[in-house]
Amino acid sequence: MNVKEAFLSMDYGPAPESAKETKDWLGSHDARFGHFINGKFTAASQTFATRNPANGETLADVSQASAADIDAAVSAARKAQAKWAKNGHARARVLYALARLLQKHARLFAVLETLDNGKPIRESRDIDVPLAIRHFYYHAGMAQLMSSELPDREAIGVCGQIIPWNFPLLMLAWKVAPALAMGNTVVLKPAEYTSLTALLFSQICTEAGVPAGVVNIVTGDGAVGEMITAHPDIDKIAFTGSTSVGRRIREATAGSGKALTLELGGKSAYIVFDDADLDSAVEGLVDAIWFNQGQVCCAGSRLLVQEGVAEKFYAKLRTRMDGLRVGDPLDKCIDVGAIVDPVQLQTITAMVDANTEGQIHRAKGPLPENGCYYAPTLITGLSPAATLMQEEIFGPVLVSTTFRTPSEAVEMANNTRYGLAATVWTENVNLALDVAPKLVAGVVWVNGTNIFDAAAGFGGVRESGFGREGGWEGLSAYTRPRTKTTALAAPKTYAGNGAPSDPLDRTAKLYVGGKQARPDGGYSRAVHGPRGALLGHASLANRKDIRNAVEAANAAKGWAKTTGHLRAQILYYIAENLSARSDEFTRRINAMTGGKSGRTEVETAINRLFTWAAWADKYDGQAHGVPIRGIALAMKEPVGTIGIVCSDEAPLLGLIAAAAPAIAMGNRVIAVASEPYPLAATDLYQVLETSDLPGGVLNILTGSHSELAPTLAAHNDVDAVWSFSSSDLSKVIEAKSAGNLKRTWVNNGRARDWMAGTDSGEFLIHSTEVKNVWVPYGE
Amino acid sequence: MDKTISTPVAAGSATFLPQIHEPRNPGMELDLDWVAAVQANTSAIERRAATLPGRRSVKKEYQAAWLLRAISCIDLTTLSGDDTAGRVRRLCAKAHQPVSRPLLDKLGMQGLTVGAVCVYHDMVETAVRELEGTGIPVAAVSTGFPAGLSPYHLRIAEIGESVKAGAKEIDIVISRRHVLTQNWQALYDEMREMREACGDAHVKAILATGELGTLRNVARASLICMMAGADFIKTSTGKEGVNATLPVSLTMIRAIRDYHERTGYRVGYKPAGGISKAKDSLVYLSLMKDELGNRWLQPDLFRFGASSLLGDIERQLDHYATGAYSAQWRHAMG
Repeated sequence: MNVKEAFLSMDYGPAPESAKETKDWLGSHDARFGHFINGKFTAASQTFATRNPANGETLADVSQASAADIDAAVSAARKAQAKWAKNGHARARVLYALARLLQKHARLFAVLETLDNGKPIRESRDIDVPLAIRHFYYHAGMAQLMSSELPDREAIGVCGQIIPWNFPLLMLAWKVAPALAMGNTVVLKPAEYTSLTALLFSQICTEAGVPAGVVNIVTGDGAVGEMITAHPDIDKIAFTGSTSVGRRIREATAGSGKALTLELGGKSAYIVFDDADLDSAVEGLVDAIWFNQGQVCCAGSRLLVQEGVAEKFYAKLRTRMDGLRVGDPLDKCIDVGAIVDPVQLQTITAMVDANTEGQIHRAKGPLPENGCYYAPTLITGLSPAATLMQEEIFGPVLVSTTFRTPSEAVEMANNTRYGLAATVWTENVNLALDVAPKLVAGVVWVNGTNIFDAAAGFGGVRESGFGREGGWEGLSAYTRPRTKTTALAAPKTYAGNGAPSDPLDRTAKLYVGGKQARPDGGYSRAVHGPRGALLGHASLANRKDIRNAVEAANAAKGWAKTTGHLRAQILYYIAENLSARSDEFTRRINAMTGGKSGRTEVETAINRLFTWAAWADKYDGQAHGVPIRGIALAMKEPVGTIGIVCSDEAPLLGLIAAAAPAIAMGNRVIAVASEPYPLAATDLYQVLETSDLPGGVLNILTGSHSELAPTLAAHNDVDAVWSFSSSDLSKVIEAKSAGNLKRTWVNNGRARDWMAGTDSGEFLIHSTEVKNVWVPYGE
Repeated sequence: MDKTISTPVAAGSATFLPQIHEPRNPGMELDLDWVAAVQANTSAIERRAATLPGRRSVKKEYQAAWLLRAISCIDLTTLSGDDTAGRVRRLCAKAHQPVSRPLLDKLGMQGLTVGAVCVYHDMVETAVRELEGTGIPVAAVSTGFPAGLSPYHLRIAEIGESVKAGAKEIDIVISRRHVLTQNWQALYDEMREMREACGDAHVKAILATGELGTLRNVARASLICMMAGADFIKTSTGKEGVNATLPVSLTMIRAIRDYHERTGYRVGYKPAGGISKAKDSLVYLSLMKDELGNRWLQPDLFRFGASSLLGDIERQLDHYATGAYSAQWRHAMG
C-alpha cells in the first residue's frame, strides 16, 4: 500500500502496539514462572502453557500449585498478618507505592494483559490498568483512615482470593487493595488462562516494599481454587467468577466459619425508553456488550427497547455494529479483540447455534482468519422465555426484546435469577429516578454503562452473589467487628408433669400474615417451667408453615417502600405497647427460664425497639465522589425477606433485637422463636396486632430450629437467613443457601451478648443492600 | 433512497481524486415533530467523543495519506480586519500549492490542493482572479458575519453581491436568537431565503454552536437548517468563545445521518475554528468515517475551516517522508 492508494481507500491500516518490552520481560523470567510465596518466586514445577488467544502462541509456562504450595502460601500469609494489621498508616504508604509502581509500569501491564487475555490494547491501556491504579490509590486512603473512621472493625485475617480471566489485573486490584488496606494478608489465585499480570504484580510488590507473606500469588486451575477454598487456616474467601462455581464454593465453605463474598454472573438489562438519545444509547451498547468481547459479568447483554422506537433503534444498532473493527488485540485501532480461549469460543458458538428464535444479525466487518474471534452479534425478537434471554452467554452476543410501559420494562428487567447491573436510557429524570430503585441489581447506570470507580461499590444481588467491592461499603467484606465472642451453650429445656400455671387454657398459635394461624401439621409441644409447671403449649411449625410465612412476607412487599418515618412510628408503637405489658412479659420470661433477668430483658427489648426506630430514618445512603461529572448514589435498600432463627437464650430480646433492625430497614421477616422458651414470642402477637404493624412484615413461627432452618435456607424466595440459634445450624444453613445464593449470617456456634447491644453496625450491614446508581449529568 | 450520482469528474489538476457530485439538498417542509423529538445526551456524547481518539489510530503511510486527505478538505481561511489583496493572493498561492512540490513528488501526490479558499466579501474578487484555472472554489462568509445582526435585507443582499463577485460557496450565519428563543419557524424561513439568495452557489450554514447553549439546541438547529436546504452545516465563525469541538461535531453529524436516512440527501459538515493540529484532523476524519462512512471524507461533503492546520500537517508529512521532525520555517507560509 502506497500513500496514494491509502489516500484513495481511506482505510485505517494496521496500528500495532509493540510487544517487544513485554516479551523481554517474559524472557527475563525465561518465560517460566513458579508461585510468589512469602516474598519470593518458587521454582517452576508442574507447568502448563499460557497462550495468546489472538494467535495461539505460547507466552509462558506457569505452574500448577500443589497442596504443599498452598500450605506454604497460607502459612506465610498467617505469619505476616498480625504485624501487617498493626499500622494502617504504614500500610497506606505501601499501597500508595503499589499505585505508583503500577503507573510507572502501566504500558507493560497493559500489553501483557492484552497478550494473555486477548482484549484490545485500548481497553487494557485506557480502562483496566487505570482503574487498577485508581483502586490502589483509593485504598491507600482507606488504610490511612481505618483507625479513625472504622475504630470498631478489624482485619479478618488471611484471605483466599480467586479471580477470573476477564479482567485479570483489575480483579486482582479489586481483591488485593481493600484486603491489604484493612490489614489482611492474601493468597490469590489468578485464572489459569491469565496468570501473567498477577505474576508481574508480584514483582512490583517487592519493589513497593510489601512485606514478605502479605501478598502470595499461586497459579493453577480450578483444583488450586478448591484447595484454597478448603484450606482450614484461611479466614475469608473472595471469589469472582461463574455462578455455578460460586455455588460450589458456598457449599464447600458452609459451616467452616470462613467469611465469603461472591461476585458472580449476570444477564443485565439494558433498557431504552422511547425518549432516549437513541444514538448515544446505541453507542452505550458498544461499551456494554462489545467491551472485552462481551466477557463481562455486568455486560448489558439483555436489551429491552420500548416498542415505538424499536425498529429505528435496531436499524441504528445494526449500522453501528457493522462499523466495529474486530481483530488483533494489539492493534490500537481495534474495537473487539479475541475471545480468551478456544473453549470459551466453543461455548459461545454452541449457545448461539442452539437458538432457533428471533432474527440474528452478525456484524459485517471482517474477522481474522486465525485466532479466537467471534463476530459481534445481535438477536432481536426473542421472548423472555428464550434460553438466550435467561442464560449468560459471556460473549459478544446481545439479545433483545421489546416492552410497552415503564412498569413492563421493570418487570422484564427483573425477570431473571441474576441481579448484577442494569442500564436505563431516558432523558426524563422522573422516569430514570423512578425506575432505577425498582431494578433488582447492585449497580444501575443511567444514560451510561459499565462505568466503574474505586469509590463506588460493585456487586450483585440474587444469584449474582453478595458483597461489594469498592467504596466504604466494600470495606465490610474485609473487616469484622472487634467484639470478642464466647462459645454458645444451649440453654436448658425443662420437662415435667405439673399442673397448668394458668387455669384458663391459652392457645399459642403461629403468627403468619398478621393473623394467628394453627400449625399445618397440627402438633404442639408442652412448655414447662424449671419446676415442671406446665406453662402452655407452643405450636410445632413445619415446612408448609415456612412456605405460608414466606408467601405472607412477600405479599407484604409494600413495606420496603414505606418511609423510614412510618417504620419508626410503628416500632415506637410496639415499644409503647410492650412497655404497657412489661410485668406480664417479665413473669413469662422468668417462668420459662427459671431466672430473674426477665425485667432487664423486657426493658432492653423496649430500649432496642427505640434504637431501631431511631435508625429507621437515619441509615442514609451516600453520594460517592466518583471522577465523572455526575453522581454515584449509594442507596441503602432492604435485602427483602429475611429468615431469622432466633437466639434460644433470650426468649423476647433475641427476637426483638434481631427482627427490629430488619424491619426498620424495610425488610420482611420470618422469625423462628427461641426453641426452648417460645412463649414470650407467642405473647408478642397481641402486641404486634395492636401496634399497626402491617400483616406479613413480621411472621413468627415456633418449633424445632433444626427442622425449620434447612427449609428456610433452601427457600428460593427468601433473600437472607440469619441464625443465632444454639442448635448447630451454621453449616446446613450456609450449604442450603447455595440454591439461590441468598445472603447468610450465622453464629458458627459463638454467643452474642444480646444485653450489650453494641453491634448495631453489623445489623445495619446485614439488613441492607447497597445499590449504586450512577447518574452522569450535564446539558 | 440514495440519490448519489457517482460521476468521477476531473476537477482542476487533482485528477486522482474522484469528484463525486451529490444532488443538492433541496430541503423539505419544516417538520416540528421531528425537531421536538430530538435528544442529545451531553454526558454520553462527551464520553463517545473522549474515547474516539483512543479507539482509532492511523500510522505510517496511512497517516500520511489521511493527512493529505485532510489538506484536500481544508477551507483555507483568512477572516481578518487587516486582510489585503496581497495577503489574499499569498493565501491563494498556498491553496494551490499547499505542500512543497518535492514533498508531494515523494509522496506521489502531485496536484493536491486545498478544498477552497474562504474570505470576506471584499476579498472575493481578488481570490477568484488568483485561483482562476485551478478549480479551487472561493467561499465567502456572508450575512453580517460573524454576528449576523445587520439589517436583514442587507444580509440577503450581501449574499447576492458575493455570488456576483464569483463566490461559489457562501458561508452564512444563522440568527442565534431564533434558536435561543426556540423560534424554529423564523430560523427555517431565514435559512430558506438565504439558500434561495445563493442561487447555484453552495450554502454552508454556520450555527455558531458556542452560542447555542446546549447540544440539544445544536441538534435542532442542524436539522432546521438542513430542512431549509443547507448544503453544509458548519460549527462556528471562529469568532465565538468556543468553536469546533468533538462533542458538537458528533451531535451535528448524527443529525446529518438522520437527515440522510430520512430524505436520502447528503449534507456536508464543516468544523471550523480551533482545529490547528495534524492529530486533531485525523480524529475528525475518523469521526466522519465511523459515524457517516467514507463518502463523507470527500471535500464535497467535508471541510475543515482552518488557517493554521495546514502548517502542522506539512511538518508531519515532512517527518513521514524524511524520518526527521520538521520545523515550521522549513515550509512556505501562506
